[in-house]
Amino acid sequence: MSVTQAVDDSIDVELDWPVTRLKVEGLRVAFLVGGVRREVVRGVSFDLAPGECVAIVGESGSGKSVTARALVGLAGRSAVVDAEALEIHHADARGFTPQQWRRVRGRDVGFILQDALVSLDPLRTVGAEIVEALRLHRWGTRASRATRVIELLSRVGVPQPETRARQRPDQLSGGLRQRALIASAIALDPDIVIADEPTTALDVTVQAQVLAELEEMKTRGASIILISHDLSVVAQLADQILVMRAGEVLEQGSAVQILGAPVHDYTRALIAAVPTERTRGSRLSPVAVPDAALDAPAPASAHAGPVLEARGLSKAFRTPDGSLTRAVDGVSFHLDAGETLGIVGESGSGKSTTARLVLGLEALDAGTVRLLGQDWSGIPERKRRRLRPRISVVSQDPLSSFDPRWNVERILVDALPRSEYRSPAARKARAVELLGFVGLGVEVLERFPLRLSGGQRQRVAIARALAPRPSVIVLDEAVSALDVTVQAQILDLLVALQASSGVSYLFISHDLGVISHLSDRVLVMKDGVVVESGEPDEIFRRPRHPYTRELIASIPEFDPAAIAERK
Amino acid sequence: MTALRPAPLAVADARPGLLARLATGAARRPWGLYAAIAFVGLLALAAVAPQLLATHDPLALDYPHSLLAPSWTHWFGTDESGRDLYSRVIFGARESLLIGLGAAAVGIVLALVLGSLAALAIKPAAVVIDRFVEILFTFPALLLALLLIAISGPSATTEILAVGLGTAPGYARMIRGQILAAKGSAYVEAATALGHSRARIVLAHILPNALRPLVAVFALSVGQSIVWASSLSFLGLGVAPPSSEWGALLDAGRQYIVQAGWLIVVPGVVIVAVALAATTIGRHLQSHLERGEK
Repeated sequence: MSVTQAVDDSIDVELDWPVTRLKVEGLRVAFLVGGVRREVVRGVSFDLAPGECVAIVGESGSGKSVTARALVGLAGRSAVVDAEALEIHHADARGFTPQQWRRVRGRDVGFILQDALVSLDPLRTVGAEIVEALRLHRWGTRASRATRVIELLSRVGVPQPETRARQRPDQLSGGLRQRALIASAIALDPDIVIADEPTTALDVTVQAQVLAELEEMKTRGASIILISHDLSVVAQLADQILVMRAGEVLEQGSAVQILGAPVHDYTRALIAAVPTERTRGSRLSPVAVPDAALDAPAPASAHAGPVLEARGLSKAFRTPDGSLTRAVDGVSFHLDAGETLGIVGESGSGKSTTARLVLGLEALDAGTVRLLGQDWSGIPERKRRRLRPRISVVSQDPLSSFDPRWNVERILVDALPRSEYRSPAARKARAVELLGFVGLGVEVLERFPLRLSGGQRQRVAIARALAPRPSVIVLDEAVSALDVTVQAQILDLLVALQASSGVSYLFISHDLGVISHLSDRVLVMKDGVVVESGEPDEIFRRPRHPYTRELIASIPEFDPAAIAERK
Repeated sequence: MTALRPAPLAVADARPGLLARLATGAARRPWGLYAAIAFVGLLALAAVAPQLLATHDPLALDYPHSLLAPSWTHWFGTDESGRDLYSRVIFGARESLLIGLGAAAVGIVLALVLGSLAALAIKPAAVVIDRFVEILFTFPALLLALLLIAISGPSATTEILAVGLGTAPGYARMIRGQILAAKGSAYVEAATALGHSRARIVLAHILPNALRPLVAVFALSVGQSIVWASSLSFLGLGVAPPSSEWGALLDAGRQYIVQAGWLIVVPGVVIVAVALAATTIGRHLQSHLERGEK
């Protein structure tokens, strides 16, 4: 090889090499807790090119958010950030002073925080919020900043930006708030944008809009670091994926490679844990369902016909301005023994009110509910009490549904029918048995819910719901607050418990994936009305109502098999 | 932002050494609390067995030695009749503490009844009680107390009842709020969904959770009641002069404020110290109970 040839080669390499905007090598973050150093991020490395999206995926406690914060100098005062290389626009950021970081943030790196409601100043208009970002970096004049705000808001898809700019965060919907936050993060056109769980807590249709906006930014050349626990969101946007667990990067590679052909078991479990329509009838988690679950008790009363029947349920609430809002309007359905009926809808669709009406925790304005063929809604609470053990509930936040003074044993014993379990020994034995059904050991009995993990708490809540041997369990967003692998375990458990005991589920969720994984039939609710109902196959393959179509189109496509084929 | 919190798993191996723990523990030791407990303990001893602590007979008249300034023989000085002030303060502890405890008990019990009824009784009755408590609340506590004393004349018993009645409305409203908060909680709803009776829910969940802070409130109330009772005695509306209840000592010392300032300063300082000690203990109980919840 001649000398000229070699020179040519090296020039070629130079030209093909994309400019790296951000270079991270061996990033470590440690916290000093009580004088002791504890590493929460151990060795994260990646390069970020223009128009590229790097996603950091992991569950709570994996260190993904700390990583994101460390990249903009926001890891906190007690944090020790250390890296072999940390270059932002080829400047070594390791020794940045707080002043230098402040200059970098906003101008070079935009940071989109998770929760728009707490991240925006409630007393400031969103316009003022964005102006503040511009003013801090001495951008433009007063007049040019005002025009810039309108331009930014319309760019992130906020309708009527002039009006919206003058409104405070509480006057905006969740989606608009999140977009206002994005607008302030990109106010100075940073070419690196870090988005920390930008769509968590958003309805699926709003999530689709936010993702479209990020996609748009990417095509304009922005580099994005996306932090998320949600693989289906990541699959939409990411070019490169880092899978983190307990502070370590387990696997790293192109999105196609990680999602299509994951090497690490944990990544595989993470991908398999995502419930979709295709996962129906199969296990989501490699964690085995407890054997005891297969002995779960059958409901106490056998009854022919639907176990639960709701006809024309209606409920209106008075809003602070005195007008009536119809939360639930003429909702009818029936639930057969051993069946799961999924109710899906976005926030404000009336699905949770429907659950409360069915449980008799809220008085009906109109309509009837029949439980096991008996009148349920039309009788006074005193008479209803006798039937209450036939229908139980698991809510989204189990912790608040437990008396804070009680340990697990007392919580479970309290839910047992006293007439059946007379002696304390019998009650305790039954509590242990119930824990067995949900895959928890005796050692949990003495613990307080506060000291349990989210998954364990939800298992205790399910055990309590099983205690009176109900015919129906109402699950109101019961898996929504859980990490995806824990959610997978709980969903597997619910399926196993139903298979063995024949209990019926009324399963309420905003998550179409979970609903389609679990439900035998589905109701789609919007603005208090059932817009469509039927079997999941029918609804997801041939949605008839335009809203259902919009909802389904909004679900981020997540099909590992299809991703593998892209390769 | 759970990611920012240390994961529970790694905490076990991150425990500091014994020395480090002792060092940090010593820095955070609540010396104020220890002092408050010691002081209250001393007063309790004075209340039970004053003769152990007193140096003189609290009632022995000794006119030649009247209005003496504090000295080695008379630690707190003497009053207009030559009685040893230190011994009088010690002998006054029993009555003062009893009045404080009694008034606090009367106030809390009254508040408990009114507050629970206002929060738990059926609608019309609850509304009536609630309004009644609000009307009581609009009266200054001192005015309510004066009213009662005007009706039944000054005595230790009246003083206890008067102070109790005066402080009850405030506590009643606090208890009502606590009960309403517990009543609207998710765990009460969960118990309802299980089909438990109203009485069972009230006894097992609502009252125990709502009344958790009551121990702390009681301790705070004792300190406050002693101050209230002393003000009544100072106004001559409490315990009559031969007694050495601290408020009465204040009242008696008032006439000699120029010649013998210690007669009013010493009982005043003791009253403030008791109130401070009770408050300190109450606050610690409060934060301890709250931490237990978290």
